[in-house]
Amino acid sequence: MSKLKVATAWLDGCSGCHMSFLDMDERLLELAELIEVVYSPLVDAKKFPDEVDIALVEGAVASVDDEKKIRKIRAHTRTLIAMGDCAITGNVPAMRNPIGPEAILERAYIENASAQPQIPCVVVPKLLRVVRPIHEFVKVDVFLPGCPPSAQTFHAALTALINGGPLDISALTRFGA
Amino acid sequence: MSVEVDVKTLEIDGHEVSASAGQTILAVARENDIPIPTLCHIDGLSDVGACRLCLVEIAGSNKLMPACVATVQEGMVVSTNTERLQKHRRLILEMLFAERNHICSVCVSNGHCELQSLAQEQGVTHVRLPYRYPELPVDVSHERFTADHNRCILCTRCVRVCAEIEGAHVWDVMGRGIDSLVITDLHDEWGKSSCTRCGKCVQVCPTGALFDKSKIGSEHPKYPDFLPYLNLMREAQ
Repeated sequence: MSKLKVATAWLDGCSGCHMSFLDMDERLLELAELIEVVYSPLVDAKKFPDEVDIALVEGAVASVDDEKKIRKIRAHTRTLIAMGDCAITGNVPAMRNPIGPEAILERAYIENASAQPQIPCVVVPKLLRVVRPIHEFVKVDVFLPGCPPSAQTFHAALTALINGGPLDISALTRFGA
Repeated sequence: MSVEVDVKTLEIDGHEVSASAGQTILAVARENDIPIPTLCHIDGLSDVGACRLCLVEIAGSNKLMPACVATVQEGMVVSTNTERLQKHRRLILEMLFAERNHICSVCVSNGHCELQSLAQEQGVTHVRLPYRYPELPVDVSHERFTADHNRCILCTRCVRVCAEIEGAHVWDVMGRGIDSLVITDLHDEWGKSSCTRCGKCVQVCPTGALFDKSKIGSEHPKYPDFLPYLNLMREAQ
């Protein structure tokens, strides 16, 4: 059997989900027999491949860039997994929603700046007015809540998805886990 | 001398059970170890049927009934866990999450929250409705406690415990529908209100809406078990 093509992506999150993914430790070696990581912050691929079997997406959609990425990922992925609370609920990145992006930028780049206060406008992508979970933009196939989901959760979920076994997510994890 | 008891016989999820007249379906179900999820109900306070999580089906009726306030009838056939009810319960929980800002990962009640554990129990892995992200106040004026309206689900346990058990009736609800807010006195700051500082409201709050300032991080289990005990002692007097 050829290896399943797996991608991971990092939108507006803290990378904690990716860290937890790596916490699978030696179990990653077993997984490596079954999957090939074709795109990820953890590997050196620059372009999202045309055909991906499983994509794990960390983080909420907070900028125009995030939105572009999630639509691209969806278009080229068979099974899309929302990885962690930011991707599923908006979580901490969405805490800015009630006050809006202007107030946040003002606070970070003007009020708290010790030198040359200015709001960045080139290179960095424009923030969306409201940070939203990824399933408000594209169809998500599997939701793995947790902040972050534990290594055990990743292992159980990926094993089930790869082998086509039963997957009871609520038995594994919850919001805020 | 024999005491006459008005006994009702009914069926819950296929089990024949007996109850005394006037008992609620919820009370009888729990006596018989039949679980019905609840959020606004708490042992020791009056019931208001606000959260709708305990809705059950009764044979012969199209209407769903809240088990916490519906009383038993002779021959009733009750179902507590049909697919239809599970669907409604999940949607109710999702609506609660979407309505305010429940951010479990940074909440003082993470790991000790009834909303959070009910969501897990009922298999809610995401919220299908768009989140509202309202801007809500956090009242830190009290020297011992904080009221974070972002986490409030309007179960009114605080209102009931303050009025019924503490006898102070400091808490109440203002506004209507989605704009409702629990308030102290006539919407005064909690710290300047007629609060007796007993802390009962904090202990019965199912989420992180009311919490003790001296507790840090997520180390904030609540202890509402005092309520039935307190009622029992008072009745004995």
